[in-house]
Amino acid sequence: MQSNRTRKKLGREELQRIIETCKSVEERSLDPFLIEVDEAINVIREYFPEWELPDDLCLDAETIHHLASAIKLQNEWVKHRSTSLYTDPFLLEEKLKRIGKESVVKIFLKAWHPIVELEQISLHSLAEAIKYWKSLLPLNERWKESFPEQIETGLLTRDELIRQRILGDKVFSEELENYWEKLKREVEKRGEDGRIRYWDFIGAETYEETVQKAFMTSFLVTYGYATLEMYPLEEEIFLKPYKKPLTKIGEKQLVSIPIAIMVKDWMKWKKGELQ
Amino acid sequence: MEERRATVSRRKAYYTNKIKRAVHLLFYRRHRKPGVKGWELRKALGSDYPKVLRILDKHLRALDLQVKTVFEGEKPTGKPSLDQLNKARFCVTLRGELTPKEAKMIGWRIDDLAGLAIAISHIMSKKGKASRKEVEELLRDKLPRWKVGINVDRYIRYGYLAQDEHEQLYLDWRTNTEVDQKALINLVLSTEA
Repeated sequence: MQSNRTRKKLGREELQRIIETCKSVEERSLDPFLIEVDEAINVIREYFPEWELPDDLCLDAETIHHLASAIKLQNEWVKHRSTSLYTDPFLLEEKLKRIGKESVVKIFLKAWHPIVELEQISLHSLAEAIKYWKSLLPLNERWKESFPEQIETGLLTRDELIRQRILGDKVFSEELENYWEKLKREVEKRGEDGRIRYWDFIGAETYEETVQKAFMTSFLVTYGYATLEMYPLEEEIFLKPYKKPLTKIGEKQLVSIPIAIMVKDWMKWKKGELQ
Repeated sequence: MEERRATVSRRKAYYTNKIKRAVHLLFYRRHRKPGVKGWELRKALGSDYPKVLRILDKHLRALDLQVKTVFEGEKPTGKPSLDQLNKARFCVTLRGELTPKEAKMIGWRIDDLAGLAIAISHIMSKKGKASRKEVEELLRDKLPRWKVGINVDRYIRYGYLAQDEHEQLYLDWRTNTEVDQKALINLVLSTEA
């Protein structure tokens, strides 16, 4: 039998899932009937008696709010389909592909009644223009000749570029791969279920080093070497390395996850207070 | 009899003046968007401005022009209320059709116009909202790849399309004013490919 805590956690996840589905339907104009309203209401009703904390009740209210928006979209969808303006998008798309450019223009011109408008200069804009002209400096004052300092061209060595911080001391991809190997080793050593707490990985002796590690970690995630598992309600973030880098990462819709690396969080982590 | 003639002549002079004033307001661009709001016309012409516009519309018929009313939100089904008219935008549009040659003369290339027609039809079929990516894909079928993005930006700049932060495209104020959307869809569907 499920413990109360596990059941609550499951309930929160279910509500989050409903919210995410509703959001994606709203934002990406998908078919709103993809949302099973009855099923969602049953889930909300099932977990409602469990909620005691204000945060959970807010989550419950937010789910209902998103569901109501989805129902509104379903209503609009039905309304649109019943109007004379409704056309099957696929049918229209096929038709548009098959009609030649000239025919499309001929059709459009039958339905297009462009606005007749005249643009003219007004007394006000003339007055503004005169004011501007009066305050404008003559060209010889604005374009005073300046002779830039002549610098001899020369060659820079790789070491000099590294010293000037234009190049890193390792090729970036090589550095990233080494960092990925390090993550895998750390997960084996200190992690569980093939993942490690985010702060346990990026946390270092100094704050600067921590920021540097967080910076490199962001590239590991972006380039498909690892992924982040986030539990917003528990405020927990885990880092999970992939066995092989994902090469098809660009085909998915990417999401940016900002993670603040604050000095006070780093200090808490050092004292072992950051969970 | 004489008195009646004088009344008619006074009324005629009254409306002639109002029509002139309405022409100035409607033809010359005063704001970023062309056209005048109903409440502005009421302020300038008086509360009987709908009647002035009706008379002006009759005069414009001979010139193949019309006074177009664009309502805020959906078009009212019956006779619009004074409040709906006050909130609406009025402008002068072409009543009939342009020929392809005339369209070229007013600065539209055939390619660009075809692209606009395709974009508008597609967005309409998608309930007035479609992703920019899918519209561009559709346009790439008939327009050179490099031109597609530039054209969509141009349609947005002119006010035919609008784009939100999620790169979703909508029909904007100019399409709602200038394009007979129902006629466009019917014409596309009834054309033999």
